[in-house]
Amino acid sequence: MNTQLLIQLLVNGLVVGTLYGVVAMSFVLIYKATQVVNFAQGELLLVGAWVCWWLLTKYQVPFYLGMPITLVFMFLFGIAIQIVILRPMIGEPIISVIMVTIALSTVFSALMKWMFGVNLQPFPRIFQTQNVNILGLQVQTVYLMSLAVSVAMMVGMAWFFRLSKYGLAMRATAFNQQVAQSLGISVKSVFAMAWAISATVSAVAGVVVAVVNGVSAGLSAYGVKVFPAAILGGLDSVGGAVLGGIIIGLLENVAHFLDSEYLHWGNLYEIAPFYALIIILMIKPYGLFGTKDIERV
Amino acid sequence: MAGQTLIPAGDFRTSYAADTTVFPTTTSRNAMIAGIVLICFAPHVVNEYILSLLIQIGIFGIAALGLNIVVGFTGQISIGHAAFFGFGAFTSAYLSNRFGIPVFFCIPLAGVVTAAVGLVFGLPAARLKGLYLAIATLAAQYILLDFFARAEWFTGGSVPASAEPFSIFGYMLRGDKQYFYVVLAYIVVCYLLVTNLIRSRDGRALVAVRDHYLSAEIMGINLTKYRTLSFGLAAFFAGVGGALYAHYNQVVSIEGFGIDRSIIFLAMIIIGGLGSIMGTLMGTAFMVLLPESMEWLSVALRDSPIDQFLGLKNNIAFLREMAIGLIIIIFLVFEPDGLAHRWRQIKAYWKLYPFSH
Repeated sequence: MNTQLLIQLLVNGLVVGTLYGVVAMSFVLIYKATQVVNFAQGELLLVGAWVCWWLLTKYQVPFYLGMPITLVFMFLFGIAIQIVILRPMIGEPIISVIMVTIALSTVFSALMKWMFGVNLQPFPRIFQTQNVNILGLQVQTVYLMSLAVSVAMMVGMAWFFRLSKYGLAMRATAFNQQVAQSLGISVKSVFAMAWAISATVSAVAGVVVAVVNGVSAGLSAYGVKVFPAAILGGLDSVGGAVLGGIIIGLLENVAHFLDSEYLHWGNLYEIAPFYALIIILMIKPYGLFGTKDIERV
Repeated sequence: MAGQTLIPAGDFRTSYAADTTVFPTTTSRNAMIAGIVLICFAPHVVNEYILSLLIQIGIFGIAALGLNIVVGFTGQISIGHAAFFGFGAFTSAYLSNRFGIPVFFCIPLAGVVTAAVGLVFGLPAARLKGLYLAIATLAAQYILLDFFARAEWFTGGSVPASAEPFSIFGYMLRGDKQYFYVVLAYIVVCYLLVTNLIRSRDGRALVAVRDHYLSAEIMGINLTKYRTLSFGLAAFFAGVGGALYAHYNQVVSIEGFGIDRSIIFLAMIIIGGLGSIMGTLMGTAFMVLLPESMEWLSVALRDSPIDQFLGLKNNIAFLREMAIGLIIIIFLVFEPDGLAHRWRQIKAYWKLYPFSH
């Protein structure tokens, strides 16, 4: 057994998994606050990464400026999507809402391909690539950076929901819209804000992936991996989404390890999360931390 | 989904049997028969290109009909329809190549095998609803695509599988002109089957599950059975459509059965009208003609300023994708009942002309 490879893959899994966790967290945020299953989450990553790349390469904006501009843009972008497209869909059957987000993902991914092409573009070098030796294992600094950013975002999100006024308003809305409204919370603005925050957080994840791997249309694959992660954790649990993301990231890499060492089926890495997804749906559809009575949505 | 249905004066129904006929009036039945007879002459009138479009509309129309059973009539969501479509295509090619079964029998057999696969993936439907089911079918899409790439004995892997041309009792049908009649026969049979299904007890049960699953259950409808059944039926029609597709192209490659195709199938039924049988065909025609008309437009606009601005030549594929997404959004926001509803309104308008009520 190749222990070195296994450990290397586990570290990979942890890094990728925390990113999945962040994306799943922003997916669950939208679901919890607005009851919309967002099939366009991956495209939010993609749009954020491309916008940042564009600012940095076309206009030579330094990173410390380009990143905030991207985030502000994504914040407004999220609000715009909610107001223009999702708001008219309130009260429509769930099929229509799901279809709208699927259509949105088609539109955005095609738009990005049209504007920026289909090839992988390397991200401008922001940090020096170095290897750090941790417990006899070579780890690239970008991975550590990615891990740190993900954890920071999770902590930020936890703070936002537990202590900030707006976060509490959002939780109240998720709990019961009518009660929240009667307490003077503007449900409309909470909906818009959920999309805005989700888009911003996704964009951060997108930029992190872009810094590590470069930008390409393949980024939207993160949006698909969100489903195993979010379902595993429970569709309406923010903490569950994080944990689910990490588990799915690890699972992918363990599957990759088993595949390359023993099974030699090929491509198991890609498909393992979906088998896991089907199994979870069969035996425990509400996930690890989900509310049981989720079906009447 | 219930629109205005205009019944001519003097047409009274006095029994349930009369109320659930396939065609509401004799005129509509005669019109339908006349339409089918007229379209039989199409291969001799239109050119090859339009004929190929008509065949595509027919093939995708059958698959979309299956999707409409599960989404439109039963109210479940399936995002993996293209994978079943592909499964039918590969199955039919495999059956005819490996076992030498005549293609005539391969096509329904492919439908049955695909239905069995559909039932397996429909099992989550027994326990899940709405969005959970959507996610399960999404997983089915990826798992089946992975299976196509993996199972070389079945699909030929990276080398496209070849499919025999259609033959009936040793008589080979060659060329689009003859294949057109095969597709036409299948489409008439499939659409009649589904129309009949919907007016039967099972069909009403499906609609009841969609409208209010709790009430349906109280009325003695077995939810698990009908949800799974609708998945099996959807997969059956997808399989038949896929098999027709395979023998039409005579090669089946792994590409073209991805999630984008599934989205196009969903677009077809949304544009046509969820829960409308004839609407399915309208929506399919719309979605087949949309990329083609964009092609015509880009040819017409060649070298114009618009062309230079958009870079039509290189980017037409992306613009087409975008158009599909935008059309779905536009229909969902402005015309959620689809073309079928619009068609009913137009008919009602002309029937009442010049009075609007």
